[in-house]
Amino acid sequence: MLLDIQQTQTAEESLEEPGAPVVMFDKVSLAFDEKVILREISFKLIAGHTKVFLGSSGAGKSTILKLILGLLRPDSGMIWVNGERVDRMNERELMTVRADLGMVFQEGALFDSLTVAENVGYKLLDELHQPPTQVRARVEEVLGFIGLGEFADRMPSELSGGQRRRVAIARAMAAKPRVLLYDEPTTGLDPITGTTVDEEIIKLRDLENVSSIVVTHQLRDAFYIATHEAVREQGQIRLQVAGEEKAEEAEFIMLRDGGIVFEGTAAELRASTNPYLKTFLS
Amino acid sequence: MTEWVKAAVREIQEYVRMQGAALRGAVTRPFYFRDVVEQFEQIGLGSLTVVVLTGFFTGAVLALQTGLTLDQFGARPFVGQLVSASMIKELGPVLTGLMLAGRVGSGIAAELGSMVVTDQISALRALGTDPVRKLVVPRMLAGLFMAPVLTVIANSVGMVGGWLIAVFQLRVPSSLYWSSVVDVLLFADVWMGLVKPFVLGYVIVTIGCYVGLTTRGGTQGVGRATTNAVVVASVAVIAVDFFVTRLLITLLY
Repeated sequence: MLLDIQQTQTAEESLEEPGAPVVMFDKVSLAFDEKVILREISFKLIAGHTKVFLGSSGAGKSTILKLILGLLRPDSGMIWVNGERVDRMNERELMTVRADLGMVFQEGALFDSLTVAENVGYKLLDELHQPPTQVRARVEEVLGFIGLGEFADRMPSELSGGQRRRVAIARAMAAKPRVLLYDEPTTGLDPITGTTVDEEIIKLRDLENVSSIVVTHQLRDAFYIATHEAVREQGQIRLQVAGEEKAEEAEFIMLRDGGIVFEGTAAELRASTNPYLKTFLS
Repeated sequence: MTEWVKAAVREIQEYVRMQGAALRGAVTRPFYFRDVVEQFEQIGLGSLTVVVLTGFFTGAVLALQTGLTLDQFGARPFVGQLVSASMIKELGPVLTGLMLAGRVGSGIAAELGSMVVTDQISALRALGTDPVRKLVVPRMLAGLFMAPVLTVIANSVGMVGGWLIAVFQLRVPSSLYWSSVVDVLLFADVWMGLVKPFVLGYVIVTIGCYVGLTTRGGTQGVGRATTNAVVVASVAVIAVDFFVTRLLITLLY
């Protein structure tokens, strides 16, 4: 697969095929001064699938998301996003790649000088220059999707932590990206609010066919996302325990000291006998 | 020692690089017109009160002080000349610059700094916006064009302040004050008074933006950045004023 992409450069064709990777890391390493953050990390995210990165704080989880967005550059290795080599792009070229990516930052990172609706519509209005009526319609749609329609005119400071995360998800999904990146989406939230955020992630993945990368150290949420699926029945959205096939579409990657110590499904993770994984899971 | 020099050189290099990106952003698309208008209002209109007050009292105190000195030579009627010459050439631009460093420089550093520590700058980039174009360019243009306007206002108000003291305290006839205000001004003086604030406005705002965007270390870092921006911009105002004056004297006189 890697060779194919190198030969065709943009690899647009291979990405049209089902089962093509939308994000691919090949031996990516990064260090800040003396401190090694990532050591030869390789993985693939298939379209419509989910990758959950687990690991203790400082294990390099958030760094992976920043590398995908091109906010950071690796010291070595190659990173492909939607068929483009992002690790050697300049800021201008990265803008086109970012058009197809949505990122939900830790704590939301909403623009606090803008209302909820302006935050959600920001990219559509300011960057994609869509007509205001069209933007308003889309903003209402996504705020409805996450169940915060009546909060459109509030300022971010008036929202609770959970609401802020959900608005951040709405902002990330507004421009219909093919890949969504979540940086600790439920950290610092109570379990009930955390579950509402998990449900948004599941709904986006299963109903909007968005590929997702979730970085977290909240095991409960990670397993919830991996083992549930959203279905639409007679116009109603319902969440249920995922079938075996669906559950296999979610893969866990455990990072430790910059390297991958585990890669596999939820069931495989639970069954693992690795002592480090066992302590992490317990 | 070498580490310190290296760090300083790196800072200057990054500062220059940001200015390059901002200048490029000012003449190429995308251009965030709405943000530019907003910043003109914030930096220009928002600084009006403080600049008017500073200008007024500076003019007034100049008249008081120079009145005393001039009395020794029996030259009290020339008070207008001294007020206008010092205000337009030196005190107007520098004091307006210092006020802007305190109000605008710190405000920019605090705003951009908190955007950095709350990941809003990364969020902007992730949403496809270049933070330099969106945040630095509008502020730079506003600083560049509003500082001269504010300086002219400060000068005018200063001369009115001087006039009040001249007429009511020093008993200089009003017509004599105004004619001496105008008489002393050479065209070169007016040029000097107008060129300086362009440079000072630019320096204050770009320092505020650079310090803000390079903030590290949470809310504490924002506090540090704000202080640094004011200190560096204030010293820069005085220093840059000296060099610009030196240059303009060679060019204009």
